[in-house]
Amino acid sequence: MELFNALGDIFSSDALYVSAFQLSVLFLFAGAGEWVAERAGTLNISVEAMLLAGAFGAAAGHEIVAWSIAGLVGGCIAGLLIALIQANLSHRLTANQFVVGLALNVLVLGLTAFLATEIDLGPARAEVVSVPALSGIPLVGEALFARPWPAYFVYLLVPAVWWLVFRTRWGLEVRSVGENPQSADVSGIDVNARRRQAIMLCGLTCGFGGAFIVLGQVGQFQSSIINGRGFIAIAAVIFGGWTLRGTVIGCVLFGLVEALTLATPVQGYRIDPVILDVAPYVVAIAVVLLFATRVRQPRALAQPFVRGLT
Amino acid sequence: MANELVNASALDVVTSGPGARTRFGRTAPLSDRALTVALYLVSIGLALLISGILVSATGGSATAVGGALLDGSVRSPGAWGLTLTTMAPLLLVAVGTIVATRAGLVNIGQEGQLLIGACFGAYLAVRLQGPGWLVIVASLVFAGVGGAMWAGIAAALRAWRNVPEVLTTLLLTFTAFPLMTYGLRQNWLIGDRDTSRVNHINSGEQIPFDARLPNVELFGNSIDSGVIIALAVAVAVTWMVTRSRLGARIDVLGLNPRAAQRFGIARRPVAAAVLVGSGFLAGAGGALLLHGGAAGDRLAFGYSGNFGWDGLLVALLARNRVLLAIPMAVVFAMLRTGSSFLASTGVDRKMTDVVQALLVLALLLPPAIIFLRDRRRELAGAKAAA
Repeated sequence: MELFNALGDIFSSDALYVSAFQLSVLFLFAGAGEWVAERAGTLNISVEAMLLAGAFGAAAGHEIVAWSIAGLVGGCIAGLLIALIQANLSHRLTANQFVVGLALNVLVLGLTAFLATEIDLGPARAEVVSVPALSGIPLVGEALFARPWPAYFVYLLVPAVWWLVFRTRWGLEVRSVGENPQSADVSGIDVNARRRQAIMLCGLTCGFGGAFIVLGQVGQFQSSIINGRGFIAIAAVIFGGWTLRGTVIGCVLFGLVEALTLATPVQGYRIDPVILDVAPYVVAIAVVLLFATRVRQPRALAQPFVRGLT
Repeated sequence: MANELVNASALDVVTSGPGARTRFGRTAPLSDRALTVALYLVSIGLALLISGILVSATGGSATAVGGALLDGSVRSPGAWGLTLTTMAPLLLVAVGTIVATRAGLVNIGQEGQLLIGACFGAYLAVRLQGPGWLVIVASLVFAGVGGAMWAGIAAALRAWRNVPEVLTTLLLTFTAFPLMTYGLRQNWLIGDRDTSRVNHINSGEQIPFDARLPNVELFGNSIDSGVIIALAVAVAVTWMVTRSRLGARIDVLGLNPRAAQRFGIARRPVAAAVLVGSGFLAGAGGALLLHGGAAGDRLAFGYSGNFGWDGLLVALLARNRVLLAIPMAVVFAMLRTGSSFLASTGVDRKMTDVVQALLVLALLLPPAIIFLRDRRRELAGAKAAA
């Protein structure tokens, strides 16, 4: 009974839904990009770096031109820059994608922390845009309809990514490159170019996501602002069984789970945060384990492609 | 057996991947080797130059930073002893990773395996009564078992449902951190049983003094005997992968799984055993941190301190050669020990992360460029022949 009361209290607070939505937006931007990269055959572990670069770029962009849109552009550019390095090193020079990803994670973490101590980055916040009437809905009104304006792009993101991957020639080629690069190559598709482009798309969305967390949530850059959330986005893609629908569900679910870890101590309840912290990863492992016959990763995931002699 | 393998044409396709040319590799002509050296010098020089520009642009002195890094890692008294001490766990992790990579497995969960290993080691080390050396040996083995278990989950899932180990090892790493946090809060697990100590919630119990690895005194430097353990393991594993039957099987499995099946190599058991073995070494590396001087003498949040990730990088940069991993681990250890001297230059410690990452990227470039050049030549040759 006490448990039900506790759950009732937690789930009836507006703050929970607000923070769940905010985190879901971050995960969705990172997860959608990562999903495209993985469909093209890259297990891109530099999402963390791309998000952090995006966050720093947003604060820097906002510092230069004091508009929130400049922050957004700065974040996207920074994310793209990291993607450019990752893509060209791993899919042009055929360097090991994990080494590149790990090095980039260390590089961006170090570089942004270093630059943040040298340059004084001021607050950067995007304006809240409320939808009249709808934002008055109890519980979820504020969470869905009174958000900083970049958050609304998430409604555009998912259909756009879906259309790009499932309804365009480019998307078909991206998927084929992730499944069977040899066949794709024989069909005249530039395998590594498609993979690079998929990573660039991931960099763009991650940069946007990182910028959003600065402009729409925290309001300034901190070097711990991402704090492993890029890896939760990777877990969300795996949880989703490499489908877009599953990835979106995973991102929203993990957003809610992380919001719970933030909300429960405030409410005075003691759910062990360990359970919530490990949940995304354990659930992702459980999905690949339990649905191993139905859920299948892209065949060429994490395998480099080098064109054969024949 | 090896000769037959070289002739197997199926192998040629697989051996041509970057980093794959190991056991059956050809030696390059002299001019090529000179080019390799030149490329390495140029790219490492570029990495240092970029780091220097970064430091200078933010008002620091690049030479002072370089000097401080060298002071901290080799020049100041007792520094290179500490550097070698720090090298030991890195090397142990890297050696395990190399074996896994040679078998065609992608284990990227060393950080978690090392952390779980450290927890296992700490649990045993503060409870076991007995002579110091016995506690150390038992703790190292128990830590290895912990790491092996963590990798074993991935190995079991791979053998049973063919779940790719690259996904499970990565995901398992991130479950290790919160689990350790949980364990630290429980007295009956790895938490400190002395609840009167300040900060007892945030850190584990101190490893008893007689269970510290003894130091070897050499030219005024005290070197942890963990270095000897790590080097011995490295030599043994070198022998194993290059000279033993198991090593040949691992290589064949990594170079061409289908050929391995034809040769009658049991794929699943060998792959599982190798993955568990690499987890064992990563876990033992965690115990080396506890009993040695490379990290604190009690568990704390974030105790693994990127030793697992760095060990993975060392392994991959050494391009699957165990003996090459030794100098690579020394370089990584130098950056770690050197960074503690940066404070005097007024440059943030984070700068060493930047230097390290740039160096890693620089070390990636030359082999990739040479590989691409060879590739282009082969393609041109094939075209001319046709």
